Order: sequence, then structure tokens, then C-alpha cells
Amino acid sequence: MKLNGTYVKLDAPQSLKELLVKQGYNIAAVAVECNGAIIPKSEYESTFVDDSSVIEVVKFVGGG
Amino acid sequence: MKIKITLNGKETEIVEATAFKVRDKFGKPADIVIVNGFQIDEDCAVKENDILNIIPRGEMPNKEELESMMMARHTPRVHYKVKSGKVAIAGLGGLGSNIAVILARIGVGELLLVDYDVVEPSNLNRQCYNISHLGLPKTQALKMQIEEINPFIKVDIRNVRVTEDNVQELFGGYHIVCEAFDKPDAKAMLVNTLLKQLPDVKIVAASGMAGFESSNLIKTTRPMKNLYVCGDLESGAAIGNGLMAPRVMVCAGHQANMILRLLMEIEEV
Repeated sequence: MKLNGTYVKLDAPQSLKELLVKQGYNIAAVAVECNGAIIPKSEYESTFVDDSSVIEVVKFVGGG
Repeated sequence: MKIKITLNGKETEIVEATAFKVRDKFGKPADIVIVNGFQIDEDCAVKENDILNIIPRGEMPNKEELESMMMARHTPRVHYKVKSGKVAIAGLGGLGSNIAVILARIGVGELLLVDYDVVEPSNLNRQCYNISHLGLPKTQALKMQIEEINPFIKVDIRNVRVTEDNVQELFGGYHIVCEAFDKPDAKAMLVNTLLKQLPDVKIVAASGMAGFESSNLIKTTRPMKNLYVCGDLESGAAIGNGLMAPRVMVCAGHQANMILRLLMEIEEV
């Protein structure tokens, strides 16, 4: 699958939540687009990603 | 031959061919002459549609003259678009307060300023407030400053905390929303809610501007169609990596310039 423009090998389909946690993201501080659609936080667990998914994760860090 | 110019904010027909000759007729020899926004020391020719301001030294221009002089600083095409712009700024800390002032200086017609906080001493290291603003709501302190910088801007203020439940009501009428919060989860909440509830809104957000790493690591990106993110995307505020005026203001400048580009109908970063 493609994550922020780079290929990531995915062994098996998994929930978006699992993927984000494995990739080290803080779920509370991201915005995610999966195959061109914005995924609301409430659907991270029910959205499944596989080897063909294209995912964009925007990470927010503190400061303003 | 008669030509038409704008003199001190009023359309005027003149026969004089140079700026100093116009001054001699309409003002006094010691008056300052401003041609298309630039103060001149040497006489120059005046062309059709030029904007001239002749003001007595040390005197405050009236409102009409002031607006005409500020307008002359922008090309007419830019000024018109920027003046018809409406931008909402969520969060009035180091980013939001500086962005609001920049947008006021370029003449964005309508600003909505949203923050629930008051000005505190800890804000003075990077936020656009003074000692005299301590204890005031940030919305009010900023509105006062904007009135002193550019009194032709309509400034609406909302003294509330932004939540998922009021995003639509607060930002519904705006094409551009600037995310300028401090906390990462608040940033993500606003961006996610806007993307979902107001899918036509362009969001200009920020992530990563703490410390004093190179300015050149801060950039403008467009990870999604309607989402622009400015910052180095990594450097979060933490103990030993505090927020400091230079990088915060570099990032605010990136956000403000992206907003200006959007107002000029340019979507590329």
C-alpha cells in the first residue's frame, strides 16, 4: 500500500486504527484520507486497508 | 489636455502634467506628495488613472484619503480581490494573532477572529500583544490593534472554545479557515470536522514550528485537496524545545501568504 507517497508492505488487511498505531501515529492528532475520502475518527476501527490502499496521514504536533 | 486622476481619494480632472505642479495647485509647497503609494522626492509625470495624495506634513489624513493611500499600495486588481475576501482565524496565539495582523495589513475585507483565552504574560514572547493588553480577551485585544492598523476591515469576534458542535455555526459562511491552535488534538479536531462538515472550505493549518532549527525547514504543503499545512511537520512544542517568535512568525507568514494566494485564486502552494 501507499502511505504518504511511499510504499509500505502490508501482510494482511487490517483496520486503519491498527495501521496508524503500528506506524506510530497519535490517533488524536491526525487527519486521514483513504483512497481519496476523508475518514472521520469514529470510523478508524471499522475502515479496513489492504495492499491496494492509498493513504494520506497528516500529523499535527503542538505549537501555535 | 485634461487627464483623470484620483486626488486624495476623489476623482479629479487635471491639466497639470507633473506631480509637483498638481501639489502647487491643490496644496502647499511643503506638502508630502505620494504617487501610487510611493512618496516622491523628485517631480514626475502624472498619467491617466494615477493615484495622488497630497498631505500636509505631520497631519493625520482623513479616512477617505487614508484608504486611497493604502489602496494605492496594491495594484487595483489585487486590492479588489483581497478586499472582497473573508477569512476566519481559529486560535489567536503566536500564529493566529500574527496572521490576523498580516491579513489586516494587506487589506482582507472581513476577518472572523475566534479564541476563548485572555492575554497573559507568557504570550508576549511570540504573540502580537502588548503589556497594555494583559487580561483582555485575545479577540478584543486583536480587534483593537487592527483598528489602529487598517480601520477599513470588518472584524467579527467570537469569544468561544471551538468544538465539534460549533464548527459549522462558526465557520459556515467562510471560504477560507485558518487553523492556528496550539494543541495537536485541537488542531486535528478542527481540521477533521471542517473536512467532513464543510467540504468546500479551504483550510490553512500549521504543524511544527517550535525551537530554532533552520527557517528553511518550514514549508507550505497540500496533503489533501482542501487542506494546506505549513510548518516543518515535526518540531512540536516540548520542554527544551519551546515556541519562539522567529519560527512561529515564519510559519504565520507561510499561512498568511497561502491565504493571500487563495484569495488571488491560486491553489498551488
